[in-house]
Amino acid sequence: MAESKSEYHWPHHHLLGLEDLSAEDIRFLLTTALGFEGVSTRSVKKVPALRGKVVVNLFFEDSTRTRASFHLAASRLSADVLEMAGKGSSVSKGETLVDTARNIEAMGIDVIVCRHHHSGAAVHLARSVKCSVVNAGDGQHEHPTQGLLDMLTIAKRKERTDGFDFSGLTVAIVGDIAHSRVARSNVYGLLKLGAKVILVGPPTLVPGAFTDLGCEVSNNLEDVLPRVDVINMLRIQFERLTSQAFPSMREYTAQFGLTTKRMAKAKPDVLVMHPGPMNRGLEIESAVADGPNSAILQQVANGLSVRMAALFLVSGAPAG
Amino acid sequence: MPTMRVIAENERFQQLIESLCDRIKAVMDADPAAGEWALVGVRSRGDVLAQRIAEKLGPDKFQGRVGTLDITLYRDDLSEIGSQAVVRTTEIDFAIDGLNVVLVDDVLMTGRSIRAALQSLMDLGRPRRVWLAVLVDRGGRELPIAPDFVAMDMTAGSSDAPQPGAKVQVMVKPTDEQDAVVVYNEHEQERA
Repeated sequence: MAESKSEYHWPHHHLLGLEDLSAEDIRFLLTTALGFEGVSTRSVKKVPALRGKVVVNLFFEDSTRTRASFHLAASRLSADVLEMAGKGSSVSKGETLVDTARNIEAMGIDVIVCRHHHSGAAVHLARSVKCSVVNAGDGQHEHPTQGLLDMLTIAKRKERTDGFDFSGLTVAIVGDIAHSRVARSNVYGLLKLGAKVILVGPPTLVPGAFTDLGCEVSNNLEDVLPRVDVINMLRIQFERLTSQAFPSMREYTAQFGLTTKRMAKAKPDVLVMHPGPMNRGLEIESAVADGPNSAILQQVANGLSVRMAALFLVSGAPAG
Repeated sequence: MPTMRVIAENERFQQLIESLCDRIKAVMDADPAAGEWALVGVRSRGDVLAQRIAEKLGPDKFQGRVGTLDITLYRDDLSEIGSQAVVRTTEIDFAIDGLNVVLVDDVLMTGRSIRAALQSLMDLGRPRRVWLAVLVDRGGRELPIAPDFVAMDMTAGSSDAPQPGAKVQVMVKPTDEQDAVVVYNEHEQERA
């Protein structure tokens, strides 16, 4: 008889952000994700763990990989998946987020995966429904599963999966930090696992106040490159930018684009990550994105394991 | 306080493993035309037992085909154990199609773990035949599952049968500090 038990119990009925998780929670989730990896590579890509459960993808913003990743993750756990979009649904008829969610919940839903353009939408939703809520990105607040998959990728490539201790690792996050939920989730998570984080970008997009979070802030990528183990290049988010805050594209690329030439200044084994979708030639040069240091496609694969772990754990946690 | 009784340790424990090996070997040798064999242990003690059996029977028997099955995701009591479930990796780095697979577990009781293990195994491929080897048959089946190889019979009516409600536990190094079969006489003990 296998004793699949331990002292630790995953306590969270929702996954809203990495700010709310302890280092132990993060490590447990990432370890669980490792256990799910085999499911995606074998011939029968399905386990019965969430059989009979229903997961809803409720997306009010465009998304390809996150939506597909959550859908596949839920399917591989044998849950039924319902796809809902903001556009073309009753939301565009004026229904509020909470009303929409409560109506969906009334159909017997176990988990709502929510993406929304307003910061705090997932937290608001979690307070209004009984089912679990997983934040798939809310405005400029958090994107916890992206942060987790980035950490899983770092752990695997830097051989830290045994205990997920990131002390001694330095991670640079480069780009529009101010508007980035990916950056925020990464910062919370990485600091908890013991990494040093340097935020890099133009002063308008990387406010000095971010040092309060416990990060170093820099406006010069080339200064930072030689001392980092991981570079996480954020996407330039055209849809969130105002003209005042952002330099011209050419200026941005000239100062902060990750090019082959700049890569020569970095450590030979530096890990290059990007949450996607990439603007090739803008924040990252194609040769770098497709080069040996890049973990970009591994990030996508790891996203699946992390989301399976997240759905599995919130489903098993006691409602609170 | 639960009372603990040691049923087997040291030499007696080694004898149990050897008797399991002898039984498996007899079946393997009886039908040389059966094809290739593999050992798959169920986490978290069957895997160690499978390694021990493989070592004792020698490298020729299984030719490295020794794997570990994690059945957490296939359990039928997930909704009850919920957040306590710890998912670990299944490590079977060979194709199980067409193989004679000997499933190894420490204690057989309700049969529910084995039900989960069988389903998990079938999702990995189509073995020619699956056999079940357990160190202890505790009895108390809730499903129609029967072992092929048993080292120690502790089912009701046998000479080693424990009191009703007692818990039988197998301990193996290095998962545990020692090798032993022990019985706890405490009615509130959780079933694993």
